[in-house]
Amino acid sequence: MQAEQTTTQAVEVTVDRDTTTATARWSAVFALAKRELVRFVRQRNRVFGALVQPLIFWGLFGVGLSASFQPLGADSPLAYVEYFFPGTVVLIVLFTAIFATISIIEDRNEGLLQSVLVAPIPASSIVYGKLLGTTVLAVGQGALIFVLAPLAGFELSLIGTFAAFFLLIVIAFALSGLGFAIAWRMDSTQGFHAIMMAFLMPMWFLSGAFFPPDGMPTPMRILMQINPLTYALAALRQLLYLDRPEVLGDIPGLGLSLVVTLLFAASMTWLATAVTARSRYVS
Amino acid sequence: MNPNAAVTSENLAFSYQERRALDGVSFSVSPGSFFGVLGPNGGGKTTLFRILATLVSGFEGRAQILGHDLASERHAIRENLGVVFQAPSVDPKLTVLENLHLHGHLYGRTGNDLRDASTRALERLGIADRAGQLVEKLSGGLKRRVELAKCLLSQPRVLILDEPSTGLDPGGRRDLWEHLDSLRAEEGVTVLVTTHLMEEAERCDDLIILDEGRVVAAGSPVTLRSAIGGDVVTIRSPEPETLATRITDELGESPVLVDGSLRIEQPNGHVLVKRLMETFQDKIDGISLAKPTLEDVFIRETGHRFWNAS
Repeated sequence: MQAEQTTTQAVEVTVDRDTTTATARWSAVFALAKRELVRFVRQRNRVFGALVQPLIFWGLFGVGLSASFQPLGADSPLAYVEYFFPGTVVLIVLFTAIFATISIIEDRNEGLLQSVLVAPIPASSIVYGKLLGTTVLAVGQGALIFVLAPLAGFELSLIGTFAAFFLLIVIAFALSGLGFAIAWRMDSTQGFHAIMMAFLMPMWFLSGAFFPPDGMPTPMRILMQINPLTYALAALRQLLYLDRPEVLGDIPGLGLSLVVTLLFAASMTWLATAVTARSRYVS
Repeated sequence: MNPNAAVTSENLAFSYQERRALDGVSFSVSPGSFFGVLGPNGGGKTTLFRILATLVSGFEGRAQILGHDLASERHAIRENLGVVFQAPSVDPKLTVLENLHLHGHLYGRTGNDLRDASTRALERLGIADRAGQLVEKLSGGLKRRVELAKCLLSQPRVLILDEPSTGLDPGGRRDLWEHLDSLRAEEGVTVLVTTHLMEEAERCDDLIILDEGRVVAAGSPVTLRSAIGGDVVTIRSPEPETLATRITDELGESPVLVDGSLRIEQPNGHVLVKRLMETFQDKIDGISLAKPTLEDVFIRETGHRFWNAS
């Protein structure tokens, strides 16, 4: 008996036990998310970057290409400017996610992130705070341009548009999770810009946002098929045209698209949490 | 390891790829004391600070804060640790009060408790009138005060600061140290501060001097200075080497050449100065006699001056 006790004491290992209560965790998450919103409101130029820029793209490409480009064939009732509309919404979400997560890099060198890293909160609180704040901004801006659709004469399904808001939340989580995971280990914003041009923008181009896969060379069609964002776009289109899916042509079905998009969001959130938990560092 | 110490370090070592930033650092900080880590830039101070701030993994040796291990019990440490980084860790786009509230939420404080504590912290640091101002509009000194106010909110038992005087004018520095002193006196907080400024190190109860990742001297400022015998005589000469040989031969003293000047430690410096001037007047451009400073301790231990070291 005596001997046993001694042994127990000898092998006692100290564990990095996280004693944060659920309330404390979530109050940290909401405080960090609120910070994202306040910063956004106080940096007006970000509204331009994330909202106006995609709208300009939409106007220029939509109107410019409508004359010569019928993405879904000559019989389709959708002109290019309408085909490009859901892609513009996703581009707004993507840009918002990029601008919000790029700040991680500067924040680490000489900003608030330093003290967030040494606070007694789990890595997941740091990630959720950022993703939640970014998602509110992205969905808010995306919703704003849904209002433009009737003005442009698009006949979208009312219920579908409502459901699309919820889908946008999922897409925003996915893209800001991806941005977060990339930005976490970067030491310069230039590096992030390079990734943005070489990876994130092509991902958007090859999602069916800009052109459908029909008639593309096989390698490109395969890239589009394995791109999770393709399914996000397909889901969004099908919700917006819930009452007349026949105008959309041949795209992945709604069920599959929703499942892939949810998995995309879940795995990106997990990835962002994993890289954060793995290294909390300053530079 | 001393179990009662607030912070202990035993053979702490860390390398960035090739470079050995810390090379076997051991020390112990008594609870409630003011501990200094003095050293030139590149001496290993910031690496040590980051390890203590729970932001480095993969170091060798052991370190503990309040009895919790820095390798395996970071969460428990974070709850009791206040950290002030060299670059202010505040959001410039938020107001002073918003920064405080955010910080409080990170440490689990909410509602009226947080509001009252924020008000008290702002009053205590004399920035209550700035509560609604954006932090980006504040001077460096006021930003530091915001950071100290943040620390009050999380009620740390150990406070570590990395070169907190960076970017502060002399008034701001004095102000900072007064606040640190009162924090320690009234809350019993243990304070560990890294610095490259001798006058700051002089204010510490105990200190270690770091150079090239090693502890070259440790003790209270008084002990460290008294290890040097009495006075320090510094001689500038057009031919320091020749003069050094002659001083050794003719006066039996052993001068040390440091960056072109000769240094001699002597209990009765004034007598030596007189003899030197009488004997080698034409070989001496200038001569000074001073009580030893911590820089003299550094020079004695490393053989080079503080500022040229890197």
